[in-house]
Amino acid sequence: MYDLIIIGAGPAGLSAAVSAWQADLKSILLIERDRELGGILNQCIHNGFGLHLFKEELTGPEFAGRLIEMLKDTDVEVMSDTMVLDINGDHEVSLINTHGYQKVQGKAVILAMGCRERTRGAIAIPGSRGSGVYTAGTAQRYINMDGYLVGKRVVILGSGDIGLIMARRMTLEGAKVLACVEINPYSSGLQRNIKQCLEDFDIPLYLSHTITDIKGYPRVSQVVVSRVDEKFRPIPGTEMTFDCDTVLLSIGLIPENELSRAAGIVIDPRTKGPLVWENMETSIDGVFACGNVVQVHDLADNVAAEARKAAVAAARYVQDNQPHTGELTVKTAGNVTYTVPQRIHLPVTDKLVEISFRTNRVFGQCAVEVVDKDGNAVCRFKREYITPGELQKIAVPGKLLEGREEYLTVKVTEEQK
Amino acid sequence: MYDVIIIGGGVVGSAAAYYLSQHDLKLLMLEAFNDVADGTTKANSAVIHAGYDPKPGSLMAKYNVEGSKLTRELAKKLDVPYVNDGSLVLAFSPEDLETLKELYDRGIANGVEQLKLLNYEETKDIEPGISENVYGSLYAGTSAVISPWEYCLALAETAVRNGMDLKLSNEVTGIRKNEDGSFTVTTVKGEYQGRYVINAAGIYADKVHEMIGQKEFTITPVRGQYFLLDKSQFPKARHTLFQCPSERGKGVAVTPTVHGNLIVGPDATRVNGEDLDTTADILSYVRETASLSIKDIDYQENIRNFSGLRARSDRGDFIIEESHSVPDFFNLAGMASPALSSAAAIGIAAREWVLSKHPYPKKEDYVDSRRKIRFKQLSDEEKNRIIKEDPAYGRIICRCETVTEGEIRATFKTPIPPRSIDAVKRRTNAGMGRCQGGFCGERVAMILKEELGLDYDEILQDREGTVVLEKKAKEDYGNV
Repeated sequence: MYDLIIIGAGPAGLSAAVSAWQADLKSILLIERDRELGGILNQCIHNGFGLHLFKEELTGPEFAGRLIEMLKDTDVEVMSDTMVLDINGDHEVSLINTHGYQKVQGKAVILAMGCRERTRGAIAIPGSRGSGVYTAGTAQRYINMDGYLVGKRVVILGSGDIGLIMARRMTLEGAKVLACVEINPYSSGLQRNIKQCLEDFDIPLYLSHTITDIKGYPRVSQVVVSRVDEKFRPIPGTEMTFDCDTVLLSIGLIPENELSRAAGIVIDPRTKGPLVWENMETSIDGVFACGNVVQVHDLADNVAAEARKAAVAAARYVQDNQPHTGELTVKTAGNVTYTVPQRIHLPVTDKLVEISFRTNRVFGQCAVEVVDKDGNAVCRFKREYITPGELQKIAVPGKLLEGREEYLTVKVTEEQK
Repeated sequence: MYDVIIIGGGVVGSAAAYYLSQHDLKLLMLEAFNDVADGTTKANSAVIHAGYDPKPGSLMAKYNVEGSKLTRELAKKLDVPYVNDGSLVLAFSPEDLETLKELYDRGIANGVEQLKLLNYEETKDIEPGISENVYGSLYAGTSAVISPWEYCLALAETAVRNGMDLKLSNEVTGIRKNEDGSFTVTTVKGEYQGRYVINAAGIYADKVHEMIGQKEFTITPVRGQYFLLDKSQFPKARHTLFQCPSERGKGVAVTPTVHGNLIVGPDATRVNGEDLDTTADILSYVRETASLSIKDIDYQENIRNFSGLRARSDRGDFIIEESHSVPDFFNLAGMASPALSSAAAIGIAAREWVLSKHPYPKKEDYVDSRRKIRFKQLSDEEKNRIIKEDPAYGRIICRCETVTEGEIRATFKTPIPPRSIDAVKRRTNAGMGRCQGGFCGERVAMILKEELGLDYDEILQDREGTVVLEKKAKEDYGNV
């Protein structure tokens, strides 16, 4: 019996392992399906990692390398090239690797499986069915891990960060990126990536546009891009045609929760990740979750911070499990699409309860408000700018939550000029 | 000199091959694409129909009812995923109930067993997800779903095991009759001589026939578009759900698949040639029409759209006959639905025709069955045993469908090894799941490259020309 089993050794799992060790858990098993630790970081050879966690700018592999180095100073047991097939409510984990099939059990479990990319099917892009359409992450793996470029003339659909990073990467490799096409009236990627990956290379970003047809067989030869109205319907007469051999999709990420679902863990349909409490505990006692399996983050640094929270809570669960007396539900209103956590244990023991969320539109001068069930303001945070492409965070002082009942509501309101 | 040349490696040609390969004759299959099962066979509803739909007395009625029974046995013998899920034709008006009665009578006339007319409550009992628009249904207990490409592959593989020569990427360009009565079939790769020719060229069957014969029939490709939904949507339908044909049209079906997904479609649109595009207007038509049967399908959970082409003949029926203008040339044409259901019976008909020409005796030794390792379905002990024997079975390549490296490597030792990423998918399910090869596609590509000794720019997604990689990193592109 392990104290803790961590599933996944990307930024979330690695950070959780290091933090759990630091929190005095002594028998920890870290399971990774790939041969190397690091997860998707290994193919993210661009910089921009580590600014918060290590106070310096690193590439993805360097960021993973730092965490792996820290792991070497621990006795965490690592099983790589190992696939978890199943988890159950008793924290039993069945896994296979080249040594065979086995079951292991942990007093606590941390889910850190990350996410996957949405595909062409998810948005039913019509057109021809030849080769030349890839998710941005797949193209990234081909170029950065195998050394091959998937195409020469590229149109990118979606302005998610991987797509933006790939726009720059393919340009640097000599490909021509003709356009980045985003159906929303705002970019879904980080502002800094819009600047550094598109604007600096004169790659046009078409907001409120989408691909309405893909032509060419056996390989893509053309795409048709149309403007969309406010209901995302293509507007006839606005078609533009691009001659290209490649379409990269960067249309969103989906937390990988097949294991969680099969285990009976409650999934929030908005995040598609486990519903979690403020300590990253899921609906099954002693099972915690962190990183992109919970919600899609913009930065690996934030994933690491969330993982630390889960690890500390898992350690506390194993060492000294204090029962909770109740809980608050965190509701959303206005343009807030979800929050993490969705629940807060009572009594509140943390000095600060962090709540992250996303909005479904851009705000200028605005305020993030937390109100209780009677409509009383709990706290209020001013913001200069909020965009759906960037995960928002507030830290509510635990004290302010004392005596609150049933639920809180998080909302964003425009500041009156 | 071959005794029999089969043109076309779809399910009909492969079924003919399966039965003929049990006889002492030299058999050749010519396939235009780089894999069998790569045309209509891989893109359809995957339903083995009960047989109440075709008009009594038609070839479709005869072969469908016989074929469905044979398919059930063959699926067992050949280890092909097959689920006898039963089907319902849903009625949406009192007039539809009348039509269901006609279908019922037709089914009885065709010799279909396990048919039953159900009212709304009875329908709702066995299919809880149906919408309140439903008036009643026709239940067919013998209806089933199958993995159509695995079925075809199993038939063709078994024929190869029995000595059939299979020439892939051999599109037929000409056929001529020799003085001795034999045929010379010319392909893009070479010339082959044969005593008898079986034409199973799908949507090209009329063109292949007219390479040597007179115009006797016309094939029109009729395209159907589909949604393939994630396993999360599988519980929404327990049976294959058809809609009652009416002035609304033939309706679209919602059907579970043997792989645990849900398929929604198809429409029926005449197209020119091999037009496999999907289109926004038809996809939304399919979605809306299907909502009449089941309301709450979540299309956010769609993982793939695809099109298939029905090879519809101008006779409105199958064409299973010797050419009127060319002796010793047998047409298996007009293979629109229910061709998949009928394939096995049509295969037997093709064999009978050949034997009527020349009584080739049965071989003393032949293979007619197959077993396949599906890691996911093994017990814990079996998993352990196979990993001990070959550690590659302990490495999962496709996470969504739990497909191991061992299974993928094993396909390269089968009688018809894969030549593309999608060919690996058809043999192992790798890449068939919710991430659609997002993770495993690259890994499969690298295994393919290694196993076949390919250069990077020879890695194919599917058919010839569907190249995946264009350039090595750090190489100069020139102007793009």
